[in-house]
Amino acid sequence: VIEHFLVGLALLLGLFGGYLIASTRWRGKRSERPQQVHQILLPFTGTEISRRALDAALRLAKAEHATLMPAYLAAVPKQLPLECAIPAEAAKAMPMLEAIEQRATGQGVPVDARVERGRSYRHALSRLLEHESFDRVVVSATSTGAAGFSGDDLVWLLDKAPAEVLILRPGPEDHRVLTA
Amino acid sequence: MDRGHYKIFLGMAAGVGKTYRMLQEGHAEVAAGRDVAIGYLEPHKRQETSDQARGLEVVSRRKVTYREVEVEEMDLPVLLARRPDLALIDELAHSNPPGLEHEKRFEDIADVLAAGIDVFSTVNVQHLESLNDRVAELTGVRVRETVPDSVLGTADEVVLIDLTPEALVARLRAGKVYPGENIEAALNNFFRIENLAALREVSLRQVAEDVESKRLTLHVPEPLGTREERVAAEVPQAVGERLLALVRPTPSSQRLVRRAWRSAQRLGTDLDLLWVKPPGKPIEGDVERQVTALRQLASVLGATLLIEEHDDLVAAVARVVRERGSTYLMVGESLPRKGLGRLREPLPQRLMKATPAGVDVRIVAHRGGREGSE
Repeated sequence: VIEHFLVGLALLLGLFGGYLIASTRWRGKRSERPQQVHQILLPFTGTEISRRALDAALRLAKAEHATLMPAYLAAVPKQLPLECAIPAEAAKAMPMLEAIEQRATGQGVPVDARVERGRSYRHALSRLLEHESFDRVVVSATSTGAAGFSGDDLVWLLDKAPAEVLILRPGPEDHRVLTA
Repeated sequence: MDRGHYKIFLGMAAGVGKTYRMLQEGHAEVAAGRDVAIGYLEPHKRQETSDQARGLEVVSRRKVTYREVEVEEMDLPVLLARRPDLALIDELAHSNPPGLEHEKRFEDIADVLAAGIDVFSTVNVQHLESLNDRVAELTGVRVRETVPDSVLGTADEVVLIDLTPEALVARLRAGKVYPGENIEAALNNFFRIENLAALREVSLRQVAEDVESKRLTLHVPEPLGTREERVAAEVPQAVGERLLALVRPTPSSQRLVRRAWRSAQRLGTDLDLLWVKPPGKPIEGDVERQVTALRQLASVLGATLLIEEHDDLVAAVARVVRERGSTYLMVGESLPRKGLGRLREPLPQRLMKATPAGVDVRIVAHRGGREGSE
């Protein structure tokens, strides 16, 4: 009887030890995964986007199992209602979003795109910040200029965005852009 | 007393020849023995237009002082008293100065028609209220004098005065539209080829829609049966297409919407988006976020997002197709069928059976992982 008891106890201890090891490993693996679904915002304007910015956003999204949120920012002229249909802008945005989605899907990154209207690009971005949540924003410093974000816009973004902002330095390969 | 016959000459921009054509037809009516008078003519100092008006009786204008400036306006009481068979009244979108019978000339025209007098009139497409925003976006120029679209709907005939953008620019350069000193400014602003091409497209579509709506109105069968039956009877007579895309509140639906919008643009037609929501499920959390995103996208594209609560997807779609007169249905790829679901007929086939004959069904493949529409 004592022999059987000892064998049973040894088996129980073995099972408990196995459970402890398995649960520690499982917890370790679980802690490596993101606690919530991450979103990475990639705002852009016009008919091209910096390949550096897109590639950086895709690399981050892939590494963090995050969703990429490419957002086309449309400036609506003052004489039009802000919420009006903008087919001319949509004709630029849709092929760009399609091209970004194609590239993202090729790398296994899920995409949840947006088109946001505002009186200026900054206004559109602020409207987007109001009703969407994301963990990172990726913008390219190469897109500064008349068609994209100005230096002031980037400073504003650093100040206002409730997320980590990644501004990419100008680089030698900045001439590479993605167009639709 | 029968209402007069109303004919509108519609153009994409000033200088295409609307007034000229109206006057030409006025002469033809005189030659046919009718009593024709010009109620109001705005020749814009164009020699060709003034020459064409020669020989037609002109009803005297009245002088009105507005903001200390004396302007000449159509004299509605005199025209009504003159009572010709046909009145030629230029520029129906014109705003009258305060103190006259009506604020707008198209309202004066309504009085003339009500008096049993036929009317020929003119208007440019950017004056139509619903197109004003679109034209402003395309051209950067917004006109202040607008008229409700229903004005075009009240016309018995709408005649499009079409001219290629190149021909209009050539007319402008030749000084046939504006005096010499204004030509360069006009060419650099409103009268750019790309602006004119866009306006021409808008005008052609507007007239096509008008023709289509009149066909539908004229051919409605006896008003018997249910509303669904009557709508179903109308659908095959529609000339234009109308696109309906089935969506779900998921990011993958956006690709379907983009595809559908591109097709709608090519067909020159309206786009409806339909989500058939399972009954009883509240719209909250992630679903709410995605519905908001879809609504936003639809608004940007000028599409209509419809949300129908129904437990039978096919029945709901069939009803909406009939109600909206859809001729084209776009669906996403279906989920892989499991278990007993394999025995069911695939969704596209069920949709084809349930919708009126002639409604095409197109399946849009998902780019990434398999995520279906049912």
